[in-house]
Amino acid sequence: MIHNPSENLAQNREPETDSENNWRQYFSFSTDHKVIGVQYMVTTFIFFLIGGLLAMLIRAELITPASNVVDRPLYNGLFTLHGTIMIFLWIIPFNAGISNYLVPLMIGARDMAFPLLNAISFWMIPPSGLLLISSFFLPNGTAQSGWWSYPPISLQIPPGQPINGEFIWIVSIVLIGISSIMGAVNFVTTIFWMRAPGMTFFRMPVFVWSVLSAQLLQLINLPSLTAALILLLFDLSFGTQFFKPLENGDPIIYQHLFWFYSHPAVYIMALPAFGIFAEVLPAFSRNPLFGYRSLAVASLGIAFVSIFVWVHHMFTSATPSWMRMLFMVTSMLVSVPTGVKAFGWTATIWRSKLHLETPMLFAMGGAAMFLLGGVTGVMLAAVPFDIHVHNTYFIVGHFHYIVFNTITMAIFAAIYFWFPKITGRMYAEGWGKLHFWLTFIGANLTFFPMLPLGLQGMVRRISSYDPRYQGWNIVASLGGFLLGVSILPFIANMVGSCLYGQKASDNPWFATGLEWTTTSPPPRDNFAEIPVVKRPPYDYGDPKYSVIEPPDYHQQEH
Amino acid sequence: MNRGVIHVDESPVPLERWRQYLPNWLKRFLPIRGGRSQDHHGKGMFGFTVFLLSESIVFFSLIFTYVALRLTHSQNWLPPHISGPKLSTFVIINTIILLSSSFVIQTAENFLKRSQLNKFRWLWLITICMGTYFLIGQGIEWSNLDFGLSTGLVGSTFYVLTGFHGLHVLSGVILQIIMLVRSFIPGNYNKTHFGTSATTLFWHFVDIVWVLLFSVVYLWRA
Repeated sequence: MIHNPSENLAQNREPETDSENNWRQYFSFSTDHKVIGVQYMVTTFIFFLIGGLLAMLIRAELITPASNVVDRPLYNGLFTLHGTIMIFLWIIPFNAGISNYLVPLMIGARDMAFPLLNAISFWMIPPSGLLLISSFFLPNGTAQSGWWSYPPISLQIPPGQPINGEFIWIVSIVLIGISSIMGAVNFVTTIFWMRAPGMTFFRMPVFVWSVLSAQLLQLINLPSLTAALILLLFDLSFGTQFFKPLENGDPIIYQHLFWFYSHPAVYIMALPAFGIFAEVLPAFSRNPLFGYRSLAVASLGIAFVSIFVWVHHMFTSATPSWMRMLFMVTSMLVSVPTGVKAFGWTATIWRSKLHLETPMLFAMGGAAMFLLGGVTGVMLAAVPFDIHVHNTYFIVGHFHYIVFNTITMAIFAAIYFWFPKITGRMYAEGWGKLHFWLTFIGANLTFFPMLPLGLQGMVRRISSYDPRYQGWNIVASLGGFLLGVSILPFIANMVGSCLYGQKASDNPWFATGLEWTTTSPPPRDNFAEIPVVKRPPYDYGDPKYSVIEPPDYHQQEH
Repeated sequence: MNRGVIHVDESPVPLERWRQYLPNWLKRFLPIRGGRSQDHHGKGMFGFTVFLLSESIVFFSLIFTYVALRLTHSQNWLPPHISGPKLSTFVIINTIILLSSSFVIQTAENFLKRSQLNKFRWLWLITICMGTYFLIGQGIEWSNLDFGLSTGLVGSTFYVLTGFHGLHVLSGVILQIIMLVRSFIPGNYNKTHFGTSATTLFWHFVDIVWVLLFSVVYLWRA
């Protein structure tokens, strides 16, 4: 059975010498989707650490009401780059990385559709990220207008400085966007064209469905951000007047173009996380995924509805009332497919014996925290409530419940779940559980206080505040430091287990996806022979009866 | 370990039923049955079409900006003494050249499909000339206008929109030159050359975008 993975360790396996000596490939220009996936994941994790350090500086500033740790321009730069790095250099590219690793394995392909393009889209990320971070060392510092970069604030640059933080911010985000578009083209083509025989759409794992939906959103919505940023760049550096209100321009148009991408961006981040839940929860409750087809279609549903909700970020931006009503309704509609998802996860673990390994802890923790993130989201979709808490810490709390407590937790679940597949070794369970509890407690301590703070009226993006808000702020700051500490056992575990972990078998969790039918780590071409798929993806069945499929069952039926 | 498997679907790979209602040209792009495709041309064209979908959203956003600004700021659209972009004979000829090059390049592509490589090369070269003519024409038109990039909203929108389109024409011409050079490498070209098909599609795309841009920029009078 599943509860003790060490029982399943392959005792008599040959030592895999080539995978041990092959660490150099991770520093080379490789077209193997697995290498590129790992490159993505490690690179973005480094950016995650940088973004986290910026967040801890912000929390250090906010522990006292006075502005005393950093000066205000630097504080503005801190929250701007914290948001930018976490969104554009951590979650979105990390999802691209884990999808890169898993999608070809899950659909039975030997590689992505365009391997060279895949490598190019990865290699655009590190230079763009370094360019972005390098703007800290400019004389006038980084961009200071928040990750939205709303004009006219973002256009208020002292004259005579052609290379300023804002300029660099725009250039690097456009570059990262181009990389994402190339990745999205690749993912959509791969999923449409590279599936193994018999892998019909309704035999694809929900994770692949989620990646497909998220990447379709990238294709449809990301170009509007690119267009907005190009126009902003022209306003900033070449004297055009698109968004300058004093010269007849219209900053609201920027908001439309920006949110047309940046609202769906939340789902681009969240959909792969939902997909991870749908893979991890059945594996550790030994139940088939409840309502597989509904969950698969709900991914597309979330993607579709989310295209029509962007104005809910602009309820206070002189939006006419009829438009507010319209977008209030569409925003609330998102909760329908999302509710289907949450119902499916709950019903999957209903009356099953849970095996609380680390991936399961993270998946359940993330799915549970999504409840609070989602409910506050529905609250914010309501126009009167949104106007009340507009620009307060309530928004910050809601957003972080989604992006940290749900999505980043799901990412950790994915790392632990597929760690044996990626490295061929097991991670240390005790360290994993320590990491989970520190993260879970730290995250709630950090982000829950923001909800009452926002309801009491604490405005976001300020470095000094009224002393009556200090109580909750101390809690949030201490939680933030705990969250920073919680990453240490994770790093120790990952590095230590990569080097010295026990050898893992091909399928340590007895999961049913195609990726578990090949060796750990998979060979260069993924499969010795392309599998022929004849079964639905979540074939767990009753735990008493159908726990294992032998790893070669696809070949048996040839 | 016991293998009493439930929920097993052992039926042969089903045809997805909705596929039969699709038109034939769409079926070419959608290999729904599941199966590793050896059709590199089809795969590449699918990817390129998806990319063009994405590109069209960039242009859609730019046109949206133009229309929204024009509708809300029609009072201050033209600064004093500025008449805006003129629909001159020169512009019309330029447009006709660009649009007719779509037919030329398609004919070239059809010759390639019939393995008539020499005719393909000649027509391909004519397309390159027409594209270059358009670019030069656009440069001449720009230099004769009485407003610049920072002259009010009209200058901002006109130069950014037509310039962004011109950048795409330039990319198309560069792609065409690469394909022409490659066609002289022995053994490089066959009937289903992905590069030429993609370039042709891109050229049609650039033309369609020009029709839209031309309509909003030149034909929409105050």
